[in-house]
Formats: sequence, C-alpha cells, structure tokens
Amino acid sequence: MPFDPAFRFNAACKTHTVGIISRGFRGRGRGDDSGRLPPGQYATDDFPVLSAGPTPHTPLDEWTFTIEGGAEPVRWTWDEFRTLPTETVTKDIHCVTKWSKFDTDWEGVSVDALLESVDHDRAYAVAFCDGGYTTNLPVEDLTGGKAWVAFAYDGEPLEPEHGGPARLLVPHLYFWKSAKWVRGLSLRDEDEPGFWETNGYHNYGDPWREQRYWGD
Amino acid sequence: MAGTALLGRLTWLVAEVTETVTETPRVRTLILDVDGWPGHRAGQHVDVRLTAEDGYQAERSYSLASAPEDPPALTVERLDDGEVSPYLVDEVVPGDRFELRGPVGGYFVWDADALPEPLLLVAGGSGVVPLMAMLRHRAAAGSTVPAKLLYSSRTYEEVIYREELERLDGRGDGLEIVHTLTRAQPPGWTGHAGRVDVDLLREVSFPARRAPRVFVCGPTSFVEAVAEGLVSLGHRPGRIRTERFGGT
Repeated sequence: MPFDPAFRFNAACKTHTVGIISRGFRGRGRGDDSGRLPPGQYATDDFPVLSAGPTPHTPLDEWTFTIEGGAEPVRWTWDEFRTLPTETVTKDIHCVTKWSKFDTDWEGVSVDALLESVDHDRAYAVAFCDGGYTTNLPVEDLTGGKAWVAFAYDGEPLEPEHGGPARLLVPHLYFWKSAKWVRGLSLRDEDEPGFWETNGYHNYGDPWREQRYWGD
Repeated sequence: MAGTALLGRLTWLVAEVTETVTETPRVRTLILDVDGWPGHRAGQHVDVRLTAEDGYQAERSYSLASAPEDPPALTVERLDDGEVSPYLVDEVVPGDRFELRGPVGGYFVWDADALPEPLLLVAGGSGVVPLMAMLRHRAAAGSTVPAKLLYSSRTYEEVIYREELERLDGRGDGLEIVHTLTRAQPPGWTGHAGRVDVDLLREVSFPARRAPRVFVCGPTSFVEAVAEGLVSLGHRPGRIRTERFGGT
C-alpha cells in the first residue's frame, strides 16, 4: 500500500491510542518485555545528573538531619545518623526527563527507622535540602519500606553531584522526589507543593501513571 | 506566582516540520508549525514523541531554540548511540510530522520584561540552545539589559548559531559574546582557547556585585565546573540556574 501519512494521521486522531506515525522512524527500544520500563521511559546505563543550581558542599561536621512537625523536632548529626541501622537496596529509578536505570544499588537509613523517633500523626511531608530545594510527598509514600535517606551508591559514598552526602531515595516515584542533599523532613497536615511541583511538574509523580506534569 | 508556566493539562500536539537548518555537521534545527501551540517562554523545553509503523513509541525532551516571538523550533544534536536524535538530525524533512507536548518548565526561563538584572549565560556545546532562545527573545523584545554569553565549543566548526551570534553581537544593544574553543582553534583565532575556568569566568563575566541572573547549560562536568567557579567568585548560588545533560 502506498504510504499515506494523512490517512494514518486521521486514523490516529480517531483512536487517541497511537500517535501519528513518524515517517521513517523505526526506533530500537523494543524487546524490553520485563515490564520494568514505565510508559514514555527509555533504559540507560548512564547516571545523568539534573539539578537546578550549583552543587552544595556541606562538610559532614556541619551536616544534620532534622525531622520537624512532630511533638518535638528530632535532629541527628552525621555521626549519630550513621549509627542508625542501615539497609542495602537494589531499585529501578525513573527520571521525569525520560531515562530509567535498572538495578541501582543504594545503602541508607530507612525513613521508617528515622520516624520511629518521632511522635506525630501528620499525613504530608516536605523534604528540605541544602541549596533550598524542596519536594513534597505523602507520609505514606515515605513509610512501609518505600523510602530511605541514602548515603552510598554502588558501594561508594554518594558523590556530591548525585546528592551526597545524603539524598532521599523514593524509587517508586519520579526521581525528582528523591531529593538530593536532603537535610530533613518537615511533617505537616496539609500538602504543600515543593520546588518542581510549583514549576509545572506533577504533585505526586507516579511514573507508572506517567504523572510528569500538572494535569497528568 | 512567578515561575509557574502551565495551567491546564499538557496534551500531545501535532508538530509539522516547516523548515530545517543545518547548524553544524552534528546539529540541526527543526522549525515547527504546531497546531494549538500555546506559546512558550525562553528556556523552556518540550517532550517529543515519535511513533513507528508498528506503534512503537519513543519520547525525549528537547529545549526550545526559538524566541517566544517566533514559531517553536528545536535544535537537536545527533548522539551517535541515540535512538531519537539521529532521526531528527538526519531523517526528517519538511512536511514530516511528529507529536510534541509542552512547553514545560518554569524555572530555567528568562523573561525580558520581568528581570532587569544583567544576564549572564554560560553554554557548553549544545547547551547553548535554551540560552539562544533567551538571546533571541532579548533581541526580539528590544531589551537592552546588559547581557553576556560565554560559549564553549570543541572546535570552530562545532559552534552552533555562529553567524547569528555574530549578528546579535554586532547589534550594539549591550550584548557581548565570548567564545572559547577547547579542542582546536583555527588559524587567526582571536577568541579564547581551553575550557572555561575561574580565570576566564572572572575575566568575562559580570562581577558578583552586579548580581546578574545566571543561566548555565551544558554537559554535567561543564555545569559543575562553571557553577562552582561562579560561586567561588561570590555569585549567590540562588541566582545561578543550571540545566545539565549527559551521563557522568
């Protein structure tokens, strides 16, 4: 059959399932039948870096991690933080800029372990960071073995450009929720959109529902 | 609030390529006609979705190269191991169509009306694309905000927008463009050679006391070095906005 882009375009418009055919585009990403790649993502072996500003460098002797919003603020120094029990986890991560990376190895303290010290019944949290970055999450997405404050990647101390000395790790959400250079959590009753969430990106960010932008 | 960019749901739009411009052997600009295009701000990006005959789809994000005053345009660099960029750089011809969603991003943007401070742009390679949108916007809006572009390329042949940058530099409206070539310099080259370092930043950028708005875009190692250099020169981290690409 002769190529008829207009025909295909009209057909696609009716169905709204498949986009218009891009003439001559073949692509090569098929074959991922593992079911591990969320919609619109591609797998990479690289570990790209995305940050909105300069990389902060906070010395470990000045670093603290604070959880606010409970009955009392709870704070750990780096040395205190590193006495907490750690977990080693292997997770797939998904960046809103389209790359996914499978089987990334992390070591960190689970947020469950941190929250054991905090008396609260708040439903939402805002992670705050060196450099002023914030991101918001429901507390239930930080608990139940779903989130960590990670200080090592691939068996090595986390590099500053990847969020070291410690970053949040919430692998079931788009990776901007895994805030780099995290310094604490602010627990609250009301949800409060963070940095990217007020700059056009989705408030929740589930990669499997492709919640990239406002309204998705 | 300032910085917000989107309100409704971003739907997929159909973009038709109206014109292509070969910028360098590896880089091409696609000028688009997008039905229902809502307009954009300088520095924003879009998501592009390509669909193969069998329904296979691939999505990537690309910065918008054009001023908000002009039709949307993408400038794409071919990544040799890429899936989407070789198609956009080598295959697409005027009349071809693909899907596009956007514009996206409310932080790495510059509006001529809103920000009176000096504008400092630092680009590495194809990181110049969103910064070019800002310079085109600045020119189209008739802005005379003092502006500088420090642009690092590997070679003379790889300087994207070279002739247009010369024209913008020659307008006498307060823009200064400084090139540095890191890998090779042609005979008679009067620009800088070598990577952007603190000394070059000190020499060509606005001093920190003038509190410029700073936008840095390029590969990760470039952005890390430039941002750290600017901070060491006294620029407040909160005034330095970065966008990075590439693996580490």
